[in-house]
Amino acid sequence: MLTKLIGGKVYDPANKIDGQVRDIYIRDGRVVDRPRDGEPVSQEYNLNGKVVMAGAIDMHTHIGGGKVNIARMLLPEDHRGDPVAHTELCRAGCGHVIPSTLTTGYRYAEMGYTAGFEPAVLPINARQAHLEMGDTPIIDKGGYVMLGSDDFLLRMLAAKKDQNAINDYVAWTMHASQAMGIKVVNAGGISAFKFNQRMLDLDEKNSHYQITPREVLNTLSRAVYELGVPHPLHVHGNNLGVPGNVETTLNTMAGVEGYPIHLTHIQFHSYGTEGDRKFSSGAARIAEAINQRKNVSADVGQILFGQTVTASGDNMAQFRNHAAGSPHKWVCMDIECDAGCGVVPFKYKDQNFVNALQWAIGLEIFLLVDDPWRIFLTTDHPNGAPFTSYPHLIKLLMDKTFRNEMLSRISPDAQAMSTLASIDREYSLYEIAIMTRAGAAKLVGLHDRGHLGAGAGADITVYTDQPDREAMFAKPDYVFKDGELVVKDGSVVKVTWGTTHTVKPEFDRGIEREIKKYFDAYHTVNMEHVKVTDQHIADDGRGRVQVHECKGRREKAV
Amino acid sequence: MSNITSTSTFQSITCPACGLLCDDIHLARNHSGKLSVTQNGCQRSISFFSRAALPSSAKIKGNPVSLDEAVAHAAKLLSASKQPLFAGLGTDVNGMRSIMRLADNSGAVLDHMNTNGLMRNIQTVQNSGWQVTTLTEVRNRVDLLLIIGTDVVSVLPRFFERVVWNKESMFGQDTSQREVVYLGGRDLDISAGTSPDGRKPQALPCDVARLPEVVSVLRALVSGKKLHATEVAGIAISDLQNLSERLSKAQYSVLAWAPPALNFPHAELTVQNIADLVKTLNKTTRSSGLPLGGSDGDMSANQVCTWISGYPLRTSYARTYPEHDPYHFSTDYLLANDEADFLLWVSSFNPERTPPATNIPTVVLGHSTMSFEREPEVFIPIATPGIDHSGILFRMDNVVSLPVEQLRASELPTLSVVISAIEKAVTC
Ligand SMILES: [Zn+2]
Repeated sequence: MLTKLIGGKVYDPANKIDGQVRDIYIRDGRVVDRPRDGEPVSQEYNLNGKVVMAGAIDMHTHIGGGKVNIARMLLPEDHRGDPVAHTELCRAGCGHVIPSTLTTGYRYAEMGYTAGFEPAVLPINARQAHLEMGDTPIIDKGGYVMLGSDDFLLRMLAAKKDQNAINDYVAWTMHASQAMGIKVVNAGGISAFKFNQRMLDLDEKNSHYQITPREVLNTLSRAVYELGVPHPLHVHGNNLGVPGNVETTLNTMAGVEGYPIHLTHIQFHSYGTEGDRKFSSGAARIAEAINQRKNVSADVGQILFGQTVTASGDNMAQFRNHAAGSPHKWVCMDIECDAGCGVVPFKYKDQNFVNALQWAIGLEIFLLVDDPWRIFLTTDHPNGAPFTSYPHLIKLLMDKTFRNEMLSRISPDAQAMSTLASIDREYSLYEIAIMTRAGAAKLVGLHDRGHLGAGAGADITVYTDQPDREAMFAKPDYVFKDGELVVKDGSVVKVTWGTTHTVKPEFDRGIEREIKKYFDAYHTVNMEHVKVTDQHIADDGRGRVQVHECKGRREKAV
Repeated sequence: MSNITSTSTFQSITCPACGLLCDDIHLARNHSGKLSVTQNGCQRSISFFSRAALPSSAKIKGNPVSLDEAVAHAAKLLSASKQPLFAGLGTDVNGMRSIMRLADNSGAVLDHMNTNGLMRNIQTVQNSGWQVTTLTEVRNRVDLLLIIGTDVVSVLPRFFERVVWNKESMFGQDTSQREVVYLGGRDLDISAGTSPDGRKPQALPCDVARLPEVVSVLRALVSGKKLHATEVAGIAISDLQNLSERLSKAQYSVLAWAPPALNFPHAELTVQNIADLVKTLNKTTRSSGLPLGGSDGDMSANQVCTWISGYPLRTSYARTYPEHDPYHFSTDYLLANDEADFLLWVSSFNPERTPPATNIPTVVLGHSTMSFEREPEVFIPIATPGIDHSGILFRMDNVVSLPVEQLRASELPTLSVVISAIEKAVTC
């Protein structure tokens, strides 16, 4: 069966197509160049004047796993404001800051997103993350598994184990957790908090292992590179939210010996200490560093005003910041000598100096980083704002008049501390397509997503070109998932189950004997039971697992 | 499992009988499919695995019928209901997923058999949050274990063996020097708290009903308040003062409680007091709460309910969208006030957890050996996760989930199969 999308203005940066009018053919869920000789077209969509892009990819969104479900449990009062009733097609749930899984899938799809990646999968909690994502319909998903405060790795570092052995352990963890990447959160800091350290700067030692975050970052960024994992080490820096942390962040970029790293929610790590209130924007310095260092990419973690909830693996930072939370209730957990989590509701206020400046800092970073292939559109859902605010964020980036009007409403003291008003840049549709599609797919390592060339999975979003970019991106005309029409006029018309994306880097299985011995001695579960099987993910007909190519084991390079 | 009808032995089997989900159980299976624990058992696991695999038939009003007839009758009763209640909910993740779907389609209220206790924890999370930990952290870090109102072992038999008196620990701690204190309760069996070298635990007994005062006093002392009283509920303030000082000095204290044991009005406020005490300790040192529980799939049911509906248990789909109310949507309340007119009771792990007495039509999807004082309208025997079929369960700490295995051939249908059949029959 062949579907033809006729005459849309196509924005497909991976294939350097910038708004040209093209027809797109879909056969069996894939984009194809053209029909075979005599092959009939079974279905046509006239897209004259419409904007056509690949389905959007959220490369960092908290949609599954223990801390997400704790956040749900914590906030019944928030859910009550956004009940989602059962319809003929869709099941009930609730929305707003931390939606139920089903609602998450529907709403992402209704916004033209066809994939989302959970960035904080704990190895010991990976099964839960996949179970929740398994109940998230339509979109594709995957996760980055957290290492860096786990006892096994820190123990290896303390014992000065060979990098190859560490690579094997990293690869084993990716297999066991069915992950697409490796994330490090406050390197070594979650562990340090368990030993009652309250801060851990880049060159400060974890009191037990005598290991610094810098050593953890170096080792893991190298491991990810040498294993040939396409997604660079995903780094949640040390000192989140601390004024002056811009120095830590710049040092982090400089400190990984040129290995690729992705700095996530960098807005929360771009604070200076200038001004009367000792809180200032480090955006210009951060953007300049990103512009210079081609091995570095970042997503912003933009905050937007209103109620949300922060859910993070960084329980050291969450504990430190809990007093600023609202409503005033919070959960912190130490988890299995492996990781931790902290959940703190937040209400960002435009008249609050700090919040207002955070808002401006995020936008400054977006606008000052030159290369849209290395900066990504996120709110770190739900930490900066729920993902449903993306259309508003896109409008802020694409429409300077709108942005300046918003700027004029925030705390005047924050306005005075920001250069935002002087920045003229407006993102183009092509650049938005890079940030949210082509670039995201490339960064995550999805070879067949994020573009519309032959062979790509037919995840396609069609918008009406409207001057109001928020309205445009909030309600696509059509969304196709694997070639099937799943959304029409901004509403779900068909419910499908997406694919779970993983990588399986090669490694020496000998490491498993070490890990097994270790689990038997110290843990409360059998090592074998940590492993997430394909069946755990795709049970009950919920989608399938797709293993993406790794580049093969690489020698130390750069 | 290649051959599940012959005799066999198993190692590293996960036991669903309590919230610890010990996954080191050794088992043997005989010709008739009977299982027996051969290593690492406890009273609970031994009786759980040894329950016979009796051939069992579906019944309507106690009379054997075919599965199809039972399903059709259950569907008819559900269709006729204006306000169904799905309770018990003793099942695994996939069983609960199917329950959620049927509840959504039929406007049912969801409650678990253990929620009278569990809600004390959930309400604490909803009111103030907490700082808690998981079993491997306890095993490797605890230096002072304060147990409030329970003996632990009647809930979690192997708790001390697995996470307190373990020989090896990650950070070189001499685990035999761990301090154990029992606060509250009377005539508890505290023998498991004795260290391997014979050091007895400290016990500060009082009536469980007086724990609200005792915990408040301890919290006040930890917060540095001075008290004029010399005793509370029979416990000397000086003993509590001493305890508070040890808590402040400990590097990683763990405060454990079992919600069902705190069986007095507004016990959630006492749980909240414990949680706040832990938060206070964390201003200067490290401390964590540890809620004890997790039997009959309660953690699994609550997790699945939370991610699918957005709310924890005691959630209703009556108005086509989920609503949560920790009081109104309790089984006891709905039955006492005639607010439900149909009860679906699920208990796949435990034949002793039978439905509450009620006059409304009741469909039981239960363990095959379940028997009733009064026969329900429909009984359908279902497979037990971790014996008759594989599945996934959440452990007591709400973080670790473990796969459970099929250990013998079984003709019993799984809960999800029965629920799907009922669903289909309802829509026909
Ligand atoms: Zn994040």
